[in-house]
Amino acid sequence: MAHDVPVIQLKDISFTWPGAGAPTLDGVNLTIETKDRIGIMAPNGSGKTTLFHTIMGLCIPDAGTIEVLGQPMKTEKDFEQIRSRVGLLFQDADDQLFSPTVIDDVCFGPLNLGFSPAEALEQSRAILDRLGIANLEDCITHKLSGGQKRLVALAAVMAMEPELLLLDEPTAGLDAGVKNTLADTLVSLSIPYIVISHEFDFISAVTNRIFSMEKGRILTDDEVHIHQHEHMHKLGKFPHKHV
Amino acid sequence: MDESLARQESWMHRMDPCVRVITAVIVSFCAALCHDVNILVGHVLMSLVLVGMAKLPPVAVFKRLKPLFWFLVMIWVVMPFTHEGEPLVLMGPVALTRPGVMLCVNISLKSVTILLYFMALVATMTVATLGQALHCLHVPDKMIFLLLMTYRYISVIQSEYHRLLRAAKFRGFVPGTNIHSYRTYAYLAGMLFVRASRRAARVYDAMRCRGFNGKFHTLDTFSPGVVNHLFLTLVSMTALGLVVTETLLM
Repeated sequence: MAHDVPVIQLKDISFTWPGAGAPTLDGVNLTIETKDRIGIMAPNGSGKTTLFHTIMGLCIPDAGTIEVLGQPMKTEKDFEQIRSRVGLLFQDADDQLFSPTVIDDVCFGPLNLGFSPAEALEQSRAILDRLGIANLEDCITHKLSGGQKRLVALAAVMAMEPELLLLDEPTAGLDAGVKNTLADTLVSLSIPYIVISHEFDFISAVTNRIFSMEKGRILTDDEVHIHQHEHMHKLGKFPHKHV
Repeated sequence: MDESLARQESWMHRMDPCVRVITAVIVSFCAALCHDVNILVGHVLMSLVLVGMAKLPPVAVFKRLKPLFWFLVMIWVVMPFTHEGEPLVLMGPVALTRPGVMLCVNISLKSVTILLYFMALVATMTVATLGQALHCLHVPDKMIFLLLMTYRYISVIQSEYHRLLRAAKFRGFVPGTNIHSYRTYAYLAGMLFVRASRRAARVYDAMRCRGFNGKFHTLDTFSPGVVNHLFLTLVSMTALGLVVTETLLM
């Protein structure tokens, strides 16, 4: 992959859910470079998940062009090829885990890519080990805890060795320990990724640019500045709001 | 949905899944064709041998037979008294008839045998492997996909149902014989289908994202070759032999 080719280039992408009044994506332009680690923080319903699904070809846009890893995406066949190179971590880990055991599920992707069972097993075990969940290998997926499910789902996506990761609220419902494991794993990756999250601490720890979305449009970091600062005043120890 | 019988280790588990499916179909047909009690006992013994070869834990086997036992109890309560024929025991106005009892014995032995055959031969493979075996046997891919997806989503629908019912109960819903209860159940059923189909769409999307294109692969590896064919021939011939023996005896 040449370095000057953007990983993703979206041009004027519009998408309206059937039956919805306003468009969910309204002329979105987005370019992701190889070094980018982008965080998206935006209110619920602002089109973040739809944006991810559009990149993966799960939602077909009404207008605009998509280029992923330098290839223009038009037909289902184009997307089929690209899906093995872009990993999407779904919002709900339960949607992603459908095999009875953890190792079956992690091997699902590699087997689809044409790996032999032995190669798939080796690769999947390496990923489980890297995420520190090698002990879960033979566990039944639907009996795992929420945090374990999320890590297994991430392992399942990473086992396909994607060149780009899209993570849809990876921290939702996780405790601090699992969140730290997740953050450490992401920071150690050498591939670009986009993270959707509502948690400022997490997003600022794992990304180098933060975008927001509003009314189906992306606001880049020239337009938004998410910041926090500490201050003190009288009665500050009681819960309060600044209006 | 744990496929616990498939997660054991035995000679049977390593056998080619196609061979096991074919064998299961042949021996089940043979068992269904027999009527003689002695021959049927022979089938039961053979199915027990196969279950033993698959090293299935007896408790797990019994647990899977339990629903069948309830069904058989129902038949045993009704059939011997209602079937016409020579009375075996007279109990006041009702009579236990000999053909009724024989029919019950027949049904019981056949159903237990066939279930045991399938447990030993088919339940010892995961559903994904079964899909692969059916693919080898040239069953249309759409049918296999339907089977695999049904299997996958039954547990999803079940858990959605429990979640909805729990939510209703937590808000004080007590089922009764009234319009409110019927309407609540109708809403529940409707919501169940809506949710299940939406989740199914999401799961399918997740599968597509991981390179799924309609074909299931499996991690299991199987011993190829002569042993498989030997097994198929031996077991099928024994089962057919039992049918032939019965025909000759009659």
